[in-house]
Amino acid sequence: MDPNSKQKLSEIARLLPLLAIWLLSACGDGAWNNPYPKADKGRNILYSSFTERPKHLDPVRAYSANEYAFIAQIYEPLLQYHFLKRPYELIPLGAEQVPSPVFLDVNGNRLPDDADPGLIAFSEYKISIKPGMRYQPHPALAQNEQGSYIYHQLDPGFIESANTLSNFPRTGTREVTAADYVYQIKRLAYPRLNSPIAGVMGEYILGFPEFGAASTAAFKQLQASEDGGESWLDLRSIDLEGVEVLDAHRFRVRLRGKYPQFIYWLAMPFFSPMPWEAEAFYSQPGLEKRNISLHWYPLGSGPFMLEENNPNLRMVLAVNPNFHGETYPDTGEPGDRQAGLLDDVGKPLPFIDKASYSLEKESIPYWSKFLQGYYDTSSISSDSFDQAVQFSTQGDLELTEVMEEKGIKLQTAVTTSIFYMGFNMSDPVVGGDLERNHLLRQAISIAMDYEEYISIFNNGRGVAAQGPIPPGIFGNRTGVEGINHQVYEVRNGKPRRKTIEFARRVLAEAGYPNGVDRETGKPLILYYDTTSSGPDGKARLNWIRKQFDKLGIQLVIRSSDYNRFQEKMRKGTGQIFMWGWNADYPDPENFLFMLYGPNGKVKHGGENAANYNNPEFDALFVRMKNMENSPERQEIIDRMVEILRRDAPWAWGFFPKAVSLHHDWYKNVKPNLMANNTLKYKRLEPNLRDRQRRQWNPPVIWPIVIVTVILVVSTIPAVRLFRKRERSAAR
Amino acid sequence: MTAYILRRIIYAMPILLGVNILTFVLFFVVNSPDDMARMNLGMKRVTPAAVENWKHERGYDLPLLFNESATGTGRITETIFFQKSLKLFRFDFGSSDSGRDIGYDISQRMWPSLAIAVPVLLVGLLLNITFALLIAFFRATYIDFWGVVLCVILMSISGLFYIIGGQYLVSKLLHLVPISGYDTGLGSVKFLILPVIIGVIGGIGAGTRWYRTLFLEEINKDYVRTARAKGLSETVVLFRHVLKNAMIPILTGVVVVLPLLFMGSLITESFFGIPGLGSYTIDAINSQDFAIVRSMVFLGSVLYILGLLLTDISYTLVDPRVRLS
Repeated sequence: MDPNSKQKLSEIARLLPLLAIWLLSACGDGAWNNPYPKADKGRNILYSSFTERPKHLDPVRAYSANEYAFIAQIYEPLLQYHFLKRPYELIPLGAEQVPSPVFLDVNGNRLPDDADPGLIAFSEYKISIKPGMRYQPHPALAQNEQGSYIYHQLDPGFIESANTLSNFPRTGTREVTAADYVYQIKRLAYPRLNSPIAGVMGEYILGFPEFGAASTAAFKQLQASEDGGESWLDLRSIDLEGVEVLDAHRFRVRLRGKYPQFIYWLAMPFFSPMPWEAEAFYSQPGLEKRNISLHWYPLGSGPFMLEENNPNLRMVLAVNPNFHGETYPDTGEPGDRQAGLLDDVGKPLPFIDKASYSLEKESIPYWSKFLQGYYDTSSISSDSFDQAVQFSTQGDLELTEVMEEKGIKLQTAVTTSIFYMGFNMSDPVVGGDLERNHLLRQAISIAMDYEEYISIFNNGRGVAAQGPIPPGIFGNRTGVEGINHQVYEVRNGKPRRKTIEFARRVLAEAGYPNGVDRETGKPLILYYDTTSSGPDGKARLNWIRKQFDKLGIQLVIRSSDYNRFQEKMRKGTGQIFMWGWNADYPDPENFLFMLYGPNGKVKHGGENAANYNNPEFDALFVRMKNMENSPERQEIIDRMVEILRRDAPWAWGFFPKAVSLHHDWYKNVKPNLMANNTLKYKRLEPNLRDRQRRQWNPPVIWPIVIVTVILVVSTIPAVRLFRKRERSAAR
Repeated sequence: MTAYILRRIIYAMPILLGVNILTFVLFFVVNSPDDMARMNLGMKRVTPAAVENWKHERGYDLPLLFNESATGTGRITETIFFQKSLKLFRFDFGSSDSGRDIGYDISQRMWPSLAIAVPVLLVGLLLNITFALLIAFFRATYIDFWGVVLCVILMSISGLFYIIGGQYLVSKLLHLVPISGYDTGLGSVKFLILPVIIGVIGGIGAGTRWYRTLFLEEINKDYVRTARAKGLSETVVLFRHVLKNAMIPILTGVVVVLPLLFMGSLITESFFGIPGLGSYTIDAINSQDFAIVRSMVFLGSVLYILGLLLTDISYTLVDPRVRLS
């Protein structure tokens, strides 16, 4: 190597550390490990994450929590849940007021509001929407000076070059009309769009199935006339009997019979407005292939719009400049004012400018980033549980000292969900309606010590269930009257699980003393179907086996993947299983329907996976589901729950407890398990966040320096040896 | 050479067809089209009609491999295998079961994968060869002994430990780089530093040992003795002669993995939140997206065959004695 080259190399070598330092210092606001761009410093941006990319952002299909996390901020259904009030209360969102139904008899004559449900042939909802709501800026709504839509007849060459919505430079907007809500209801009925609630709505909205058939036929005809190409079917051209536009801001929905739960559905994104222009735009041939569709680029009128959609990396919600405006609620529950939840009363929403969600698949980096201040809020995984929270002497969850020093806050709430152990009621051993069958299931229910399960496997995050209805939902009884006397006894006003000796006696009464069938003399062997696997799953399964073992029952575990598990449930070949349910709306009907006979999974493909069928329960369910919340309804629910406790189609399992943490700079946090559109209420203090981040993340360089010195020093003997060898004669 | 390459491409066809059939059979042994539909339609309130509709729209209502109800060639062509898998030979990946354009997704996600894999390969190669040459130079000394011990220790540690330990030490304790994430353009540099360092360190043990073995094998050959007899220094002998002659096995290992760099690393990408093709494949397997799984397996097979072909060609470049015919 010539001397010049050597000199250049040594200059480059000297510059390398400087370059590294420059790169690192360009990382952010002084904290080198800040994952966000420098330009974001001090901005009113909320940082959060998602673990799995949402599959559908079209409100006709979206139904899971990770999809609602986005679309509930973008779309505005007719109603919403009050942010602060409990029990959950519906308030208007797109609608001017919460609609009340008018009941009609079979001849169309009006009936009184307290009419016998048997006489009600139709329920009619007249809905007025708020005037002045406007859609977010969107190319589908862009018009030229002549009023024609700019992007509704795209050139195939242009489509080939488009990869995102940002390739369409012009955008437009227009007012939300009643016709847009009606259009969306028609979309729910259109079979090609596979709405998950089409089945439920088909039972109630007049003409819903007929609309499905007519739209399918019309689409086939359209395809035939256009050489089989993909075409847009304008659903405005087909009438849906039960839904009618009255004027620009009013429409009418007519239901078959009485269905008080309908208004809860109106608070879900399924009932958001959808402009026909969106479908006309997205259905152009080739756009879907370019990943430009309603599933990826929503078009809403809510407080936020999806500014960046890269589900492989990051999704960013930004404030919708056309948002019609809403203010922070002025009332709440007792204690909300003291908690600072009414500090922002009357202020315009939303408070934040943007919400940036990063893809974070692993819990370890996610948790570390939360502790470093790079996420504003976090759930607690089992890995980080002991670091984050501990149990007080009263058994309550509280933050550890480390968390408290950082100013982190804890929120807990029992979710409106249930995990239960189900018995297949069509199984000849664990199913059936004979007394011995009841007793067998009751004995197992006592033996399944869910308090222990919650303590071991859920870090105490849950409440053992006394019945199918979770706390916070009408119908759930608290205190002594809510205790399941088949499984618990009352001690000092609190439920205590009956002893295992008692369970053994019940089992003996059932004809299985010490787990041996009295008739055949053979040991009782039961089968548990599960999808659990891995070390955690094995521990759970061992625990479950141990519970059965306490009764002398041999439990055979049959593990399979979720597909096979579902298949067993559909075919009714499972015996004992564990499953769960997350409420759609805060009504007891949404839990009790899972034990309603006509919802049996094997016979009817419904959600009653236990295939429980009790005529008395079913008759009470039909009465209960059409009632408003009242003492009479509570009485019926009590009777239903007692029947269930006696029959024990489920070992009642537990209601999980949601535990979340947030930093001090994150305000207006109150668990709301029904509302998904709570982002607009959240407020940040970005300056405090910046200060804390700098304080928590000072770069530590000295270990690098020491390691480098050690490495350099340790090479000295090697260099000497090298020189010695180079000088020595060839070996 | 052109004839040789053409012949290899023709040989590759039945291999790719076999891979396709194997992937297809394995996938559908585990998942039925009904399972795929249910996975896509969600967990709640999925009706049989919705399942049938989903399958019909995506062509999963056809028989898998043979259509008895069809006539003539339709018995073969009107099947899921023909409609879905054979298009891959035209590199038409089609759409994923959730409706995304797979070709576009691959074109977007291969860059983050390459952004990690290329520096890891190049820096790793440079370091491994350098360390191996040094150890070979100091053979039979305490440096050789402790070098090999260190390599064995490094080899024995799980890759996952390097990742979690590296994230804990560098990002969580020392606060030097972000613990995970990614960005486009120059913004990606700060996210790549740690995974690249970890990738390189994780490969040093095995790489250095392997190359040391190659160099020691060469060092005992006659031409090395001749070079030393000529009075050349040990450095010149190692770098000019031994390294050059050890290139064939090095190339075998390196060139064959070059095309596979596109496929990304499953664990690294997942832990560092890098949106590459490795995490793309894992996500597809988890969501039972057959369209993506078959595309990635096909692409992997093509790239592997391409790697083998490139290896053969590279032999001719480093060893004049090798001729392709």
